[in-house]
Formats: sequence, C-alpha cells, structure tokens
Amino acid sequence: MTDPIVSAMVFYALAAFTLVAAGFVALSGNIVHSAFALFATLFGVAGLYAYLSADLLAVVQMLVYVGGISVLVLFAVMLTSGLDGPLTSNPTFRLGGGIVLMLAVAAAAFVAATAVPSGVESAAVPTTAAIGDALLGAYVLPFEVVSVVLLAALVGAVTLARGYKGGHR
Amino acid sequence: MTIGLPQYLVVSGVLLALGLFAIVTRKNAVAILMGVELVLNAGLLNLVAFSRFGGGLDGQVFALFGIVLAAAEAVVALAIVLQVFRARRSVDASKACELKE
Amino acid sequence: MHEVAPVLQDFPLLFLIPLLPLLGAVWNAVMGARMQRRFGNAAVHVPAILFPAGSFVISLWSFITLAGAPHGTSMYNYLWAWLPIGNLQADVAFLMDRLSGVMALVVTFVGTLIHVYSTGYMKDEPAYWRFFAYLNLFMFAMLVLVLGDNFLLMFVGWEGVGLCSYLLISFWWREREKAVAGMKAFVVNRVGDLGFSLGVFLLFWGLMTTPASPPASNHGQVDAHGAAVAAHGEEAPALGTSVAFREVEQILQDPVKRTRIVDRNVLGIGLITLVCLLLFVGATGKSAQIPLYTWLPDAMAGPTPVSALIHAATMVTAGVYMVARLHFLFTLSPAAMTVVATVGALTALFAASIGLFQNDIKKVLAYSTVSQLGFMFVAVGVGAYWVGIFHLMTHAFFKACLFLGSGSVIMGCHHEQDMRKMGGLKKLMPITAATYFVSCAAIAGFPFFSGFFSKDEILWKAFNSGNILLPGGGLILWVIAAVAALGTSFYMFRSYYMTFSGEYRGAASHGHDVVAKADGAHGAHDDPHSTDAHAAHGAHADPHSDPHAADVSGHDAHGGHGHLPVESPWAMTSVLAVLGFLALAGGYVGLPLLWGLPNVFEAWLEPVFASTADRVTSAGFGHGVEWALMGFSIIVAFGGFFAARVLYKDGRSPIPARLIASESALVQGTHRVIFNKYYVDEAYGFVFVKGSLVLSRALALWDSRVIDGLVNLAGTIGRAFSFLQGAIDRLFVDGLVELVGNVIQAAGTRMRRVQTGRIQAYVQGMALGALALVALAYLLAW
Repeated sequence: MTDPIVSAMVFYALAAFTLVAAGFVALSGNIVHSAFALFATLFGVAGLYAYLSADLLAVVQMLVYVGGISVLVLFAVMLTSGLDGPLTSNPTFRLGGGIVLMLAVAAAAFVAATAVPSGVESAAVPTTAAIGDALLGAYVLPFEVVSVVLLAALVGAVTLARGYKGGHR
Repeated sequence: MTIGLPQYLVVSGVLLALGLFAIVTRKNAVAILMGVELVLNAGLLNLVAFSRFGGGLDGQVFALFGIVLAAAEAVVALAIVLQVFRARRSVDASKACELKE
Repeated sequence: MHEVAPVLQDFPLLFLIPLLPLLGAVWNAVMGARMQRRFGNAAVHVPAILFPAGSFVISLWSFITLAGAPHGTSMYNYLWAWLPIGNLQADVAFLMDRLSGVMALVVTFVGTLIHVYSTGYMKDEPAYWRFFAYLNLFMFAMLVLVLGDNFLLMFVGWEGVGLCSYLLISFWWREREKAVAGMKAFVVNRVGDLGFSLGVFLLFWGLMTTPASPPASNHGQVDAHGAAVAAHGEEAPALGTSVAFREVEQILQDPVKRTRIVDRNVLGIGLITLVCLLLFVGATGKSAQIPLYTWLPDAMAGPTPVSALIHAATMVTAGVYMVARLHFLFTLSPAAMTVVATVGALTALFAASIGLFQNDIKKVLAYSTVSQLGFMFVAVGVGAYWVGIFHLMTHAFFKACLFLGSGSVIMGCHHEQDMRKMGGLKKLMPITAATYFVSCAAIAGFPFFSGFFSKDEILWKAFNSGNILLPGGGLILWVIAAVAALGTSFYMFRSYYMTFSGEYRGAASHGHDVVAKADGAHGAHDDPHSTDAHAAHGAHADPHSDPHAADVSGHDAHGGHGHLPVESPWAMTSVLAVLGFLALAGGYVGLPLLWGLPNVFEAWLEPVFASTADRVTSAGFGHGVEWALMGFSIIVAFGGFFAARVLYKDGRSPIPARLIASESALVQGTHRVIFNKYYVDEAYGFVFVKGSLVLSRALALWDSRVIDGLVNLAGTIGRAFSFLQGAIDRLFVDGLVELVGNVIQAAGTRMRRVQTGRIQAYVQGMALGALALVALAYLLAW
C-alpha cells in the first residue's frame, strides 16, 4: 500500500494538470493551442481513470479519445481555419454570460460535491475481465446497439463530409 | 488526507463549468466541440468515480458506452462542421443564425 | 409477487405482432426503391401487406387463446428489462388483455385492409415504396402503443405514431401546404405529448414518494442488478416504483394505498386529478379534441388511405384507448372524468357544426371524425369504458369505409375533392356508393346499423351517469351529444347526396356552366362557405404529385373531354365491401341489454374494468327512460337524414349558393323548384352568409386565439425567463463593473428577441434553467 500523502499528491497533481489544461481549452485565444490543450486534458482524465483503478477505461480513453478524437479535432482545426491567423482563430463573444454560467455551475457543483459522503473505496482490482463479461452478458443488447450506432455514425460522417455529387439535393 | 468521492466530483464539476464556458462563448464551431468533449469527460469521470466508490461495475460499463458514443458524436459533428465550412467558408457559430426570430 | 395478481399467461409470440410490421418497414425502407424499380409495385406491396397480415393472424391467435383462458387472464410476453434505473423499473414487455386484444385486432385488421386498398389508390405514385414503409412503420408504432405493458412503452408508441402521422401527412412534401400541414400536426401533437409525459412523471413521482404504511410488495421483476435494490433498502417503502399498468392498478386496488395516494395534493389539486388532466391533455392532442383539434382537418393533406388509417380508424383513437386503459386512475377523480366527458361533448357538437358547411368531402369526414372522437370521450368520461371502445371499433369500420369511399370518389373524379363538382356517382361507382351509404347510415345511427348500437349506448350512458359533477348531471351532456348526433346525420347524408345523387357536375360538358365551373375550379380558394381558414388550399391542391394529374384538371378547366368517373379497381372496392359489411354488422357484438339480447362486447370487456366498476355510478333511470331515449336517437338519425335528403338529393336544391343560385334556377325551371330553391336559398343565405360567416369568423378568431395565444404564451414565458436570467446576471456580476454593461446589453437583447438563432444562447438558457432546477430542488430538500 502506498503512502496516503504520496497518493493524495499524485491525485492533486493529476487533477491540477487536467484542470489547467481544460482551462487552456476553454480560455485560449488560439484554436491550435486549445486543440493541444484538449489533448492534454483527455490525457489527464485518462490518468484520473487509472488512479481510480479503472484500468480498461484508462486505456480506452487513451486509444479513443487521445488517439482518435484529438487527432480528429486537430484535423478539423487544420481543415477549417485559414492559414492567415491562428492567433485570432478562436474568438469569443457573450463573455459576460459565459463567465456567470461558468461560476454558477462550478459553485453548484462544488456545493453538491462537498455534500456527498466520501463513500467506501472498493478494492483496486483489474476490471477488464469483469467488464468484458458484463458487455457480453447483462449489457449485450446495448453493446450490439452501440455497434449499430457506430456504423451509422461512420456512414453518416462519410456521407456528410463527402458532400453531394451534383444537383441541389 | 484521503481522496474520496467529493474530490473527484469537484474536479468533474470544474471540467463541466469550463466545458460549458467554451460552448457558450466560443465563436469557432470546432472550439465549441472541444467544449462538448470537456462536458462529456466530466460526466464520464463522475460515472467512473461513483463506480469506484460503491457503485459496482455498471458505472464503468456505462462510461465505456459513453466514450464510444462520444466518438460517434465527434465524428458526425466534425463532418457537419466541415460541411458548414464548405458552405459558408467559415465556422463562426455566431454568424450561423439564420433561424433567428 | 402479488397475491391478487392477474394471471399472466406467457404467449411468446406476442412480440411478433409489432415486430412484423417493423420488419416490413425496414425491408421497404432499405430495399423498396430498388425492388420497385426492378420488379414493379408488387414487389413493394406484397411484403408490405404480408407483414401486417401476419400480425393480424398472430393477434387473432392470441385473441382466441385469450378467449379460451379464464377471466382475468392476460397474454404476456416479457422481452427484457429496459430501464432498470434506480427505483424505476420499466420492461420491454407486451401485454394483451381483453382491451388491448380488441384494439390490436382492430388495428391489424383495418390496417391490413387499408394496405390492400392503398395498392390501388397509390399505384401511380413514384415513391410507392416510401409510402408502404411509412404505413408499416405506423402499424409498428401503433401496436407498441396498444400492446405495451407500461407507460413508457406506450409513450414510445405514442411518439412513434405521431412521427408516422407527420411523415405521412407531408408525404407529398414538395407541396408547401402539405409540408406545413404535417408540421402543424407534429407541433400540436407535441403540446399534447408534453402533457402526457408530465402526467406519467407526476404519477411515478407520486407513487414513489408516497410512503405506504404496510410494507410494500417487493416487486423484483429483474434483480440482476442487486446494487440498485440495495441502494434504497433502508428507506420507508414507497407505494410502488412500477410504471406497468397492471402493477399500478394493483396498487390502486388496495384500499389503504389508494387512500394514501388519493389524499395527496399537488399545487392545491388532487395528485390523481392533476395526473389525469395532464394525461388527458395528451389525449386531446392525439385524438384531436378541443383545444388541440386544429391539426386534424389539415391532416387531410395526406393521401386518403392515410386519412382512413391514421386520422380516422386507429391513431386518433389512441387517446380514447389511453383513458380506457387507465380507467383505474380516471375513476379515482370525478373532476377529471367530468372534464373528459365535457370536453368530449363540446368537441362533438363543435366539430359537427363545422362539418355542416364543408364542401371538401375529406374535410367533412375530418370534422366528423373529430366529432365522433368527442362521442367516445363522452363515453369514457362517464365511465362507460366498454361503450367508448365499442364506438371506437364501430367507428373504425364505418369511418375507414367512408374515408376509403371518399378516396375512391376522389380518384374517380380525377383528384377532385369538392363535392359541388361531384354528383351522380351512384350510377358510375355503384359499389362505392352503396358502401358509402351503408356507412353513412351507420354513423348517423340508423337502427340496426353498427353506429346505432354504440352511439345510442353512449347517449344513454351519458344521460344516466351519476359521476358527472356538472349541474344537471348527465342531462346536459346528453343534450349536447344529441344535437351533435343530429348534425352528424345531416352532414353525412348531405355529403352522400352531394356526391352520389343527381347529375355529374365534374368535367362539365354542357353549355354555359363551363365558365362558371372552370372559374370555380380555380377560384374556390376564397370560398366563403369554407369555415376552416386553412381548408381551401388543401382542397384543390392535387393529392398526387404525378404530372398528369395537373393535366387532367387543366382539361376540366377548359370544359373539354371530361372522362366520366369510373369505378375503382377491385383492390379498392373489395376493401370497401368488407368494411361496408362491418359497418352494417359490426354492431351486433354489442346489442343493447335493453332488448334482452346478450351483449357479447360488454361481457368481453367486463373483466378489464371490473376493478373499478363500483366507482362508476349511474343516476338510476329506468328502462322506460332508456326506451324513450332510444326512440329519440332514432328520430334524430332520421331527422338529419330527411333534412339532408330534401335539401341535397339530386342536387335540385341550390346548395352551391354562390356559384349557381340564379342560374340553376333558370335551368331547372319549375315554379315549385324555384320556390323551393329560393326558400332554401334564403335559409342558406341566412345560415351561410350571416350565420356561417359569423360562425366562421368566430371559429377563425378561435383558431387564431388558440394558436396565437399559445405562441404568445411561449413568448411571454420566454421573456419572463430572460428577465429572470438578466436579473441573475446582474446580481452575480455586480462587482465586475466592466461586465455590467455587457451583460445588461446581452440581457436586453435577449429580452427583445429571445430567439437569436444562436445555438449557444439556447445552450446557455438550458444550462441556467437546469441550474435553477437544481437550486430549487436543493432548497426544497433543505
């Protein structure tokens, strides 16, 4: 068993890393910086998963989010922003409302979170096998449905991104 | 000091707030999508944390589905953004408001 | 599980009843276009008919099994645990008891027939496959609605039929009016659906938060997820956490538990009453009752088979079915029942009065449907559930027949829907005419026709009801309904005589009338007789998008070679014959007890409603009164019939007052007829030009009031909300001087125009709203 102090410090380091990166995502004026910060945020969340001993999820997060979605977002950034000015590529508006909303949500989340009892930490055991069982047992229907959803999304994305050949419709 | 459920919830709450901020204030549609990803991650983090602190494995399974659906969502949303960009030569969400009033 | 549980008999094929049409829909959606191109229409409609026919066969099988089983048995088919979330437990499970059995039979039978009919009606449609895919999808949704064993599954079907209705109304979406009509139906239905879902939520919340003094029964349909059960193990047991109909019914059957839930109040109203009223809002949307009826007449823009299937026989009766299904809730609240019955009666009268002045044959039928649905609500509102379902069934037969007959006429007349340009079709389309007449007799309530038995029973039950809180009890309902019945008889026979008797007035080939008629063909848009402001456009827009239809009307306008209408193909007439027969004979399952004959239908449904029968009271009038009322109903039916006959038979009377008032008088030439005409003309002039104009203005006002009112209400709410939001904004950023101006400006902008078109503003509003709810819940819990 590790030292609780060290353990807590690891958690806080991870959390701080995640949140600072998320802050960059939300606040940076440069869309490319935002994209890379998103990369870091997702990485940090993967770390938190690992810290929660959700090993499979941490790996999936790395593969799907960090490896897949981030790259996708980067592509989108490159495909959609002109080369002329990445520095002004991420402008904001309605800042006042956004700040109010952010503070209110954070406050509400804080109030709600601190009212929650600490809970009992379950034993840190590898979860992969159990999740695999669950996916092909109790959750087999959602599992299959989600595969259909993925396929549909794939086809839909291809159709959308390809655009229409000729004609108006 | 031990790390319990509240700490995770605070982290995810702040993630949620930042994500919402990005969604609401960004003009660039891609940046809005990034905000959506933050919000999704906040939600999934909650699920995993609850699963760890006495909720059984269901939370993790659900988070797994969440990740898969987030991938699908991101793909479709980015395809839409590309189409919008193609049609308007811009991804400025503040200007895409033909449906007003 | 429960000691008094109704017996559930496993019938593992039940799920196939909804599934088969779904498969048909998927097949045609995926393969239909290709099959149609390569192999013609038959490749599309053969599977599209076989799948619903298959579900009819299985329904019948299940129904027969049910009939052979002891009372209180239900066919049950559990598929999987759908939403085991916390305390909520919703399954995907189908249940066929005697009520849903009748509904399933009606839906699959009439549905299949209409599929057959559509092969004739839609044969020139390029998107033939799409039509059948939608129809099959509709069957699926409707059967889920009917057979679902809990509120949530019913809601899935409820929304599904709404979607299909929308898709089919705007089937010819290239024409703007039709697309708009579809959207109108969709939006108006959303209003009702909101009520429905709120009702379900409120009921669930009420059951879950009302502690039961005796230990609640431990329902454990699926305990695979032990965690969820453990989580609430220590709390006081609630009344129930189920959303399944039969379980809620059982909870409410327990006198102790029932008292606990009935005694609860929300916002100063009894919880159950509020639940019932909210659910009834859903019913008014789906079943086109005041105030949400406006979409149904517009829905006639869809193809005629759709009007017959969805907007007459099945979907619009979902509200009636729902109220009957939830009899265990509605009988707990006399106030809610009074509202249901009163709204039903008012709608019946209101719609019947509009129907009197319509010239579009489909509009007449549309208003007639609204009116008949009103009758059904009167029945379920006074607690005569079996009568409501009985009328639902007979109505499904005769109204489907009427609509399909009108479709046959419309097709025969080259897509003409205006009855003033029909006439004389009895000789040209004998089968259509005969079935139409039989159905008219049924809907008007001629003795020994199906509608007589059901409608007369409704009137009697309304008169004899002891549950109505109105002053005068059921008498006032009876008066309203009887007047509506008189109107029904009149306008139905009016439509019959205008369409089928006299001379064909369509593709006119005689002399000077041509100009006037051609003018009429185009000028009918500003028809003053049309009481529905939206009616006129749809009326003349071609129901088909195929190019040659436009051609045909072009010929008509020139008074050229008007080919006379011919009888429709056998696919259509055979269906008409079957439905016509049922319109005649379908009522014999529910003969009045008064005659000393067995009432099969009442006996069949009796076990379903037995648990609440003691809460439905009667005013205790005797047989003498019942005989008198029955006699009166017959007089009413024949009164309307003779009035229509005198005025409209053979087109002798100058009905199309605006077009041919003086001209036809000259043409016909005899003093007597002139006198007669002038007499009626004056009457009509008064009724139409004064009365109808006043009425139509009043109705238009009503329409605009209702619709505008709703829009304004939404706007006001939005405005109030943004004001609140602005206030919150200002409070929070009090110190941030720089932001104050910014925020106030933003709030001001939003107050002026809530709808900015910026999706982010909506997101923000949503998030703030959610936050406000969270804060509210937090404060309340504190």
